Amino acid sequence: MSEEVIIVNNLSKKFGNFTAVDNISFSVKPGEIFGFLGANGAGKSTTIRILCGILSPSSGKAMVAGYDANREAELVKTQIGYMSQKFSLYEDLSVEENIIFYGGIYGLSFAQIEEREKWIIEMTGLAGSEKRLTRELSVGLKQRLALGCAVIHQPKIVFLDEPTSGVDPVFRKNFWELINQFSEQGTTIFVTTHYLDEAEYCNRLMLIHSGRIIAGGSPGELKARYITNPILKVECDKTLEALEILQKEEWVLEGSIFGAYLHIIVREELEAKNKIKEIFSERSISLKRVDRIMPSLEDVFISLIEKEEQSNRL
Amino acid sequence: MTELMIEVRDLKKSFGEVSAVRDLNLEVFKGEMFGIIGPDGAGKTTLIRMLCGVLEPEAGQGRILGYDLIKEIDEIKKSIGYFSQRFSLYGDLTVDENIEFFAEIHGVSDYQERREKLLEFTRLHPFRNRLAEKLSGGMKQKLALACSLIHTPKIIFLDEPTTGVDPVSRRDFWKILSDLVHQGITIVLTTPYLDEAERCSRVGFMNLGKFMAIDSPQGIKKFVSDKVIELIPDEIGRAYKLLKQISEIKELQALGDRLNLLVKDEKEVMGGIYELFEREGLKVKSWRVIAPSLENVFITLQKISQG
Repeated sequence: MSEEVIIVNNLSKKFGNFTAVDNISFSVKPGEIFGFLGANGAGKSTTIRILCGILSPSSGKAMVAGYDANREAELVKTQIGYMSQKFSLYEDLSVEENIIFYGGIYGLSFAQIEEREKWIIEMTGLAGSEKRLTRELSVGLKQRLALGCAVIHQPKIVFLDEPTSGVDPVFRKNFWELINQFSEQGTTIFVTTHYLDEAEYCNRLMLIHSGRIIAGGSPGELKARYITNPILKVECDKTLEALEILQKEEWVLEGSIFGAYLHIIVREELEAKNKIKEIFSERSISLKRVDRIMPSLEDVFISLIEKEEQSNRL
Repeated sequence: MTELMIEVRDLKKSFGEVSAVRDLNLEVFKGEMFGIIGPDGAGKTTLIRMLCGVLEPEAGQGRILGYDLIKEIDEIKKSIGYFSQRFSLYGDLTVDENIEFFAEIHGVSDYQERREKLLEFTRLHPFRNRLAEKLSGGMKQKLALACSLIHTPKIIFLDEPTTGVDPVSRRDFWKILSDLVHQGITIVLTTPYLDEAERCSRVGFMNLGKFMAIDSPQGIKKFVSDKVIELIPDEIGRAYKLLKQISEIKELQALGDRLNLLVKDEKEVMGGIYELFEREGLKVKSWRVIAPSLENVFITLQKISQG
């Protein structure tokens, strides 16, 4: 049996009257790429701060790498690494100097640093660039170096804060390849983000909203389990006119232009398909095809949040 | 016939030794939503700034809305809107005042009615008296868009409009863009998010200062001649490690609970995978050939351009 590397039990954090984190529980397995999703202000950063031992919870408990994040915060800190989009590299130091600097911060001996440096350079594909100034590196290489520095002390868990949002897709792909290698070697990867394209890379996801966990599962499970209203892809001519007509129908919840197609969210699939055919033939719009499509993670995320907010209002 | 809104030929711009845009050609028609994608440093922002008349091209010629790109810049500026991440709002002015300020800059004296429409359109009505610095990121972005639309431009240029915005606001923003297209406004935008490029009527992939491919999001996928297999194994970590060693798999991507494989011949590769998995005690839970994503297109085109 693999022991869980993060165990969170009934964790809450209040600031005055405001409950930032509201009685959440979850656990993460070693080597897992775990995605913690939520919009700004959802309680994401508060949770991470508690897990990293920077903030004390109001109630409940978090065990991180076998230590109590509240009472044994100093020990927790030796077991974790952290990297965010706003890289914490020193631009006017060379690649090698950055590695040595971080090794020093984490209290490694000179011999340990030397050994880890070799490993980082190899893992990140920075061989030959050891003496280059960090500011001269491409965004992709900087990102790899930042990750290397975050794991120099061989932490059990690495926290990544929006690691690849808005970066070039090729860099992003290479970076996730590197993350996969770490995860294979047993390092647990804890990703926090509100970008759903990053979430697709995670083995398991947890969605936090208003301090509470409202959904969890693998990307595929989330798409299958939390059925959104059906989304139809409509291929027809006169798309603008067609959209205008459809948006007036009460069974169409939402519609938008999507490239050469229309995407419409409807109340019920069969009803909608029949009505589209009917309306289009009346208006002499020619319909090529209409298919139900898989929701994206973003569709699922938005629909979950909308449902949550509706029930809060009731 | 569709009206030509943007037409540029052999456009060129260098910064010192670095040529940012070279011999670039582009045509954009009325009512289009044209998306520019490409790696960092491809020249996307430089191109947008030249099309807006903010940056003077070094060579080449063009017409925006029929006006000459070199000689009639002032006319062009009057009829277009420009919005980027660097768009500066005045934090100590209210929503209303910010729009008023931009109306004055653009010389729109009778802006009241237009402002009402824009506030309604961006759903910022309830916040009209709030200071801009007190708005959330998503609302700031909508206000910036409203400001850049005050003079009723015919074309609007958006440079990475949704970078750093949360998914709910992003969805909201795209609804607004869809409405703009609906009103007949032409939109040209750059984006690092390929799911946004899927929403465009045409997409241009830019690299090394020029367009390598321009087509509809569906059409541009023909550049990927390989097949994309989506495979769900029972143990993702081990499966990923094993498949990494198969040379017939040109690209391997681990996506949470599934793997995406880029291959020449799916039957041949899957045959091999079944055997390998059998030997290693792994299972293929399911597999299918899926349409290439724009990410596959992006990676393929970039490889081609690197030779």
